[in-house]
Amino acid sequence: MKKYDAIVIGAGHNGLCNAAYLAKSGLDVLVLERNPYIGGASVTRELHPGWKYTNCSYVCSLLRPEISRDLELARHGLQVIPYHGGVTFTRDGDHFGNYPDAERVYREIARHSLRDANAHDRFETDVMKQTRLIRKFLMSTPPDPTSLRPRDLRGLLEFASAFTEMGEEGLLDTIRFWTMSIGDFLDEYFETDVIKAHMSGSGIIGTALGVYSPGTAYVLLHHYMGEVDGSIGAWGFARGGMGSVADALAASFQSFGGEIVCDADVHRVIVERGRVRGVALANGREYRANVVVSNLDPKRTFLQCFDAGDLPAEVVRRARNFKIRGSSGKLNIALDGLPTFNGIAPESPLMRNDMHCIDSLERLERAYDDWKAGTWSEDPYIDMLIPTTVDPSMAPPGKHMMTIFVQYCPPTLASGPWTPEARDAFGQTVIDQVAEHSPNFKDLILDCEVRTPHELEDEVGLTEGNIFHGELTFDQLLFNRPFPGCAQYRGPLRGFYLCGSGTHPGGGVMAAPGANAAREILMDLKRPDVIPASYPDD
Amino acid sequence: MTDAAFDVVVIGAGHNGLACASYLARGGRKVLVLEAADRPGGLAATREFAAGFRVSAAAHLLTMLDAGVARDLGLEGHGLEFAARNLKTVALADNGERVVFEDGAIGGVSAKDQAAFAEFRRQNRRFAKVLAGFCSRPSPRLVDRRKSDTLALARLAWDVRSLGRADMRELLRVGAINIYDVAQEKFESALLKAAVSMDAVLGSHMGPRSPNTVYSYLHRHMNDDAGAAGPAVVKGGMGALGEAFAAAAEAAGAEVRYGSRAVRIDLSEPSSNEACRAAGVTLADGTRIETGLVVSNADLKTTFRMVGPLNLDAGFVRRVHSFRARGVTAKLHLALDGLPEFHGGDAGDAGARLLLASSMDDIESAFDHAKYGRFSPVPVMEISIPTVYDASLAPDGKQVLSALVQYAPYDLKEGWDAGRETFKAICLQRLEAVAPGIGESVRASELLTPPDLEAEFGVRGGHWHHGEIALDQALFTRPVPGANRYATPVRGLYLCGASSHPGGGILGLAGRNAARAVLAGEDSG
Repeated sequence: MKKYDAIVIGAGHNGLCNAAYLAKSGLDVLVLERNPYIGGASVTRELHPGWKYTNCSYVCSLLRPEISRDLELARHGLQVIPYHGGVTFTRDGDHFGNYPDAERVYREIARHSLRDANAHDRFETDVMKQTRLIRKFLMSTPPDPTSLRPRDLRGLLEFASAFTEMGEEGLLDTIRFWTMSIGDFLDEYFETDVIKAHMSGSGIIGTALGVYSPGTAYVLLHHYMGEVDGSIGAWGFARGGMGSVADALAASFQSFGGEIVCDADVHRVIVERGRVRGVALANGREYRANVVVSNLDPKRTFLQCFDAGDLPAEVVRRARNFKIRGSSGKLNIALDGLPTFNGIAPESPLMRNDMHCIDSLERLERAYDDWKAGTWSEDPYIDMLIPTTVDPSMAPPGKHMMTIFVQYCPPTLASGPWTPEARDAFGQTVIDQVAEHSPNFKDLILDCEVRTPHELEDEVGLTEGNIFHGELTFDQLLFNRPFPGCAQYRGPLRGFYLCGSGTHPGGGVMAAPGANAAREILMDLKRPDVIPASYPDD
Repeated sequence: MTDAAFDVVVIGAGHNGLACASYLARGGRKVLVLEAADRPGGLAATREFAAGFRVSAAAHLLTMLDAGVARDLGLEGHGLEFAARNLKTVALADNGERVVFEDGAIGGVSAKDQAAFAEFRRQNRRFAKVLAGFCSRPSPRLVDRRKSDTLALARLAWDVRSLGRADMRELLRVGAINIYDVAQEKFESALLKAAVSMDAVLGSHMGPRSPNTVYSYLHRHMNDDAGAAGPAVVKGGMGALGEAFAAAAEAAGAEVRYGSRAVRIDLSEPSSNEACRAAGVTLADGTRIETGLVVSNADLKTTFRMVGPLNLDAGFVRRVHSFRARGVTAKLHLALDGLPEFHGGDAGDAGARLLLASSMDDIESAFDHAKYGRFSPVPVMEISIPTVYDASLAPDGKQVLSALVQYAPYDLKEGWDAGRETFKAICLQRLEAVAPGIGESVRASELLTPPDLEAEFGVRGGHWHHGEIALDQALFTRPVPGANRYATPVRGLYLCGASSHPGGGILGLAGRNAARAVLAGEDSG
């Protein structure tokens, strides 16, 4: 039987990135994917004839440019079209437009509040300061503060020195920023409800926390630290949908001689004498390798892919306690034409950005209360885009495709598991909210795919449908991600590694976990490091 | 410099102000303490709320007082007496179930929970010890370090490392998250989880699910390792503690002037190359007291209101303005004809610290209302009946019940004039459910809302801790950057109240640390 150098479980973007780097260094690498298609949550599928649905992740920004350039993703077909800004509609028929142009956004904020307009620069500067700080650590393995190994001590020193560069007051502000809620943070800058609501969305997306839960300011950062074409904080559409990210990574991987097998459901990691030796599929087939890397989330990895007896009890306990908590849903809609929205013209640049319908922090916080009570938000926070306004390749000519990300939506309902009826009722809630601001929206709907955490878990394999493979709370960040003792991409057994979003720096289509894990694996195998270093910002 | 009669003027005779005055006087400074009320203690007060019925107006149980401060000031020699110590805590559920915490052990739960709680408590005591060490000193500068700051940081690192790898990992994991998840991981009993959560949220604008509540739990249990095994009842009510602090300050040589409300902190004319500095204090009656050093026991916002925003840097004013200090805890006082009987309990319950919250979700949903400016329809409470131990607080045979009630938001949407009676009725209804018949024995009652506490004690926002104890307002950053080491941007003006590190609870540490900063001539740079 053929023996590979390494097997990667899961062909999500991190698994493919990890595999690409291992293959690039000359290893013989096999990627196994359960579904008949690759991509994981970075996927685009034609689920309605003629329409391509990017039905999980939907916009691109966080993908590390170091990786994109190094793996030549552009040559392998990835094209990212930048967009800036967004719009939030208010219940009184007005809106707040976050225009890409600084002058225009000043005038727009001033239309609501001059004080807020004057605070906006200060806000952007302060957030950017925190963004620049954290970006330095995305492409590196977090040092273990409990370790005395020279490598960890050196890492801690680097960490400390990056922080002290901010100055005494700057550092205290950083401590505050990392520990406060997005609501409290915004209250320090703005007074207008709709502006605060607009700015706060990034603090709660994908997280089972409310806008007033401490720690959400950091989550904001998680959505600000990306870039498109060197423009930090910008977002972009991947031409052809997010599936092109995975396709480009796969093409890059294959160009280094890598092999991908789909319809290969890994049932168990084979462990012999305390180290991994390969994997066994559900159909009984076995693949052998001395290195096995999991792109699955930590819960799925440790609780489903191993015989409990093969793992230390401590790891099983920590995996059980790992907080996943799905909190998001998704609607993918085929539209017969471009919907109109109250107060903005069809040719407005705002139509090409993300659109929201919640106009106050109180409504956002209440949306979270519904999740706590075990129901989907009656008045949800949505992040809605019409990618076809920028990328017509996603739908037939003249038609449009809309993607709506919905927060909050619980993994199971207080009344029991999800049913098709409950799912439809959830979808209807969202559609009704959009229709409040778009008179012709309902008439244009040709097809609507509603995805609750249940579908995300079922199809993509995300436990509880959590888009980040685990909550971004402090107990699960940096040297704690996914949990102490496993936070440097190494599993508890020799030859076993983690490379998914459940590891540092976390979720978003970033590919950094995959690359960082590859660096650790190559280090253990004593092979040359082929992973690009972090770019300096300036 | 002035040739004033006093070296230092302390504004406010709360326990921290008096502790600070004592240490300053012992350091050889001539100290004057100005107090608006006609008695010492600030929030540590005893109040007659109905003829012959007296009660601790704010804090009603002493849990955290720093042993070092108490010893240094000789509080017991200055009249501090305990009517009872080491009270047991009883958590009561609506269904009559009870969990009893006594002498570090726990009853009313499964053997598995008993073991888990013992381990939880053991571990938390070790964490609390590290925290207590850190809180007993000013927080060190992180960047513009002096030798003493580097030493303090090294000491902190050493303390944390000394926990050992497993405990250190656990501290770094749970330190910034919520008590809800931790309790879910560790315990089975809903009532036990609720009781643990109560310790984490009492006095704060947070629910069990709010991240940071593990920290507030540790804060509350900071002195557990130093022998404070359980709460204590002060003889004569908490006001007696204030009087002991005042007696200690006077014995040390400080002068305390009552009925003297400070309204302005006077500044010197700034010269070209120096920031403005404190020059004196003006009282409500127009009296001006000159001094080169002013120490404020008032909360952050009140203090800088006395300075005036125009005299301060705009960025600093913004920070003060943003400091979160909106109280959510009300105080309910009942004058009772006799001892209430709590259902499912035994006779000893009346003397215990009683917690009224059945589950974490109940506490969380009680909190949810406060977020939107409403009071909880089913509030949670911490109850103490001090007359069980101290008959002097009520007429013969009568009793006093004192309860901390959450959540009662400072900025109630309907206004407290409209809401007060409704909320009081809700509280009584809640009590009736666990102590049937209590309503009939109520002879008089009083509800002190956060705005009442603000009016009565001069704490802006009526917050018990002078400001939320959350990680962005704790440790290194409390209360705000620029004033986080007792010194402030105004030279010669220091803070010594609960707004400062390490924060609220009757600790006395802010006062002591501030005195050290003043004596060392620290500045805010």
